[in-house]
Amino acid sequence: MATLTLEHVAVLLRAFRLELSLAVSETTALVGPSGAGKSTVLNAVAGLLEPDAGQIRCNDEIWFDAESGVFVPPERRRVGLVFQDYALFPHLTVRQNIEYARRHPADEYLDRFQIAHLEHARPGTLSGGERQRVALARALARDPEILLLDEPLAALDSHTKIEVRAELQQLLAGLEIPTLLVTHDFEDAAALADEVGVIVEGRLRQTGTPADLVARPADAFVASFTGANLLHGERRVTGVGTTGVRLDDGTLVSTTDDGAGAIVLAVYPWDITISTTRPNDSAMNVIAGTVSAITELGNRARVTIGPLSAEITVESLRRLDLRLGQPAYASFKATGTRIVATKGGTE
Amino acid sequence: MKHAIGVGLFVGVAAVTLAFLALPIVGIYVHTSPEKLLDQLSNPVVKDAFVVTLKTSLLAQAAILLFGTPTAYLLATRRFPGHSVAVTLVELPLVLPPAVAGVGLLAALGRFGLLGSSLSALGITLPFTQTAVTVAVAYVASPLYIRQAIASFEATDPHLTAASRTLGAGPVRTFFRVVLPLARGGLIAGLALSFARGLGEFGATIMFAGSLQKVTQTLPLAIYAEFDQNFDATLAMSGVLILISALLLLTLRIGLSWQRSPSSTSPSFFGLSG
Repeated sequence: MATLTLEHVAVLLRAFRLELSLAVSETTALVGPSGAGKSTVLNAVAGLLEPDAGQIRCNDEIWFDAESGVFVPPERRRVGLVFQDYALFPHLTVRQNIEYARRHPADEYLDRFQIAHLEHARPGTLSGGERQRVALARALARDPEILLLDEPLAALDSHTKIEVRAELQQLLAGLEIPTLLVTHDFEDAAALADEVGVIVEGRLRQTGTPADLVARPADAFVASFTGANLLHGERRVTGVGTTGVRLDDGTLVSTTDDGAGAIVLAVYPWDITISTTRPNDSAMNVIAGTVSAITELGNRARVTIGPLSAEITVESLRRLDLRLGQPAYASFKATGTRIVATKGGTE
Repeated sequence: MKHAIGVGLFVGVAAVTLAFLALPIVGIYVHTSPEKLLDQLSNPVVKDAFVVTLKTSLLAQAAILLFGTPTAYLLATRRFPGHSVAVTLVELPLVLPPAVAGVGLLAALGRFGLLGSSLSALGITLPFTQTAVTVAVAYVASPLYIRQAIASFEATDPHLTAASRTLGAGPVRTFFRVVLPLARGGLIAGLALSFARGLGEFGATIMFAGSLQKVTQTLPLAIYAEFDQNFDATLAMSGVLILISALLLLTLRIGLSWQRSPSSTSPSFFGLSG
């Protein structure tokens, strides 16, 4: 499989300087808040903008090198770029869009993406999911050495999104070329990519498998981005092999991580248990509060108690008969916590 | 009650306005019967003026299209030092009194003008030739096309040109396959406006090219020349110009409705494209 390599690529943006190194050989996702410079990376790879420094290579072919002044124009880089708004040519039919690159007849792609019936339609008449399929077909019909996806699911409504995400997952798994995608949604990144890089203000904070990032977030930002609850407090006492942390609201909790001074603790929603009576089990940490929010997502529900959001099954939600404003207890094990920042640390 | 009076007032004023605008047109057609109009079309003065107008207008519009389109695209897509000066230059003929434009052309391209000696060294004399008419028309009418072309190019989604590039099309192919088809409606509208302005050109032409029958006498110049000799011919020529202008106005509206259709939907006009 081909490899895309970015070495110390730098672009001066309005608010900050983007600077990163990255190697892409399978499916890699760049995630980060909007304005972090994610799309800029794609544009630099595609040749739509010229970085100020660094080198971009695809296998042994140099696409950009600041030192020797090499800049291969976009039409001579074999890149399949799928834009966030898909950028289908409105004056051409689906077939003409796919055949725009003049490399293959559209038939194979029309079949593969199940859009043969749309062959003569104009993009303006297509649904979001259909547009994405046409955009993917068009990008792949260009014979790219690398596929670039800019926020592939952002233009879709939440219902279509789940469906399209599954389709995309299948497609990417069967592709023989590396894919670099950017998204602001960690869940999408985790679902689609083998490797995820968290990018904030133009810098990579951490790269790893989605599971890695969840299990060992490098800092508080990565932790919260991957969905963790963040608890702020101060180290107070040390128990037998655990660290005691006095939270800002006065509650005392324990963690198996070690740290000193001001501390930020990460707890993942799926590691939290909810009960209506004070639990008496092995979990060392119990936070009492009232239920302030309940959000159902399919067969799961997010329940917020005090500073914590817990993820439980809808079945449990019904069994406990949880209602807004009701007193409840959230408990989690000391082993389910991570110290992601201490005073003078990364955040 | 008050409301009814208010509405009545608006309707009344609008009626006066529309009547004021329509009256001169009606007047011309009431004065000439179709037979008289057709009769006058064989009048050599009218025929010559018509041919001169058509020839110079077509040449001038072709030049505007050829030079104006790339210029407009550059001004629409690139920002460079002096950009606003360039845009101002493009728009200048629009606000310049036509007579001043004529004097300016004489001062620049006339025998004793800025480029006069270089031109005569090449054996070219411009003033009072048919080429001078074309030059005057092109000078005065060009801003109407170029301004509209800039607006149309600016309205083209930059993602579409970027997509074209990543799909292997160079800048030139991208321009012809993506930019031009999408801007087409606006360009047609701009050209229609420019054509209409050029047809009516009077001031700059008479200063720079004179009013010589068969050579430089265009329809507006002939209308003025025939005014106190053959009023029927004047009316006939006016009638012809009104017809052409109406046709151009229709073209303009069709062009604009193409341009308006949002870039995400097909510009299906009269259900013809599909």
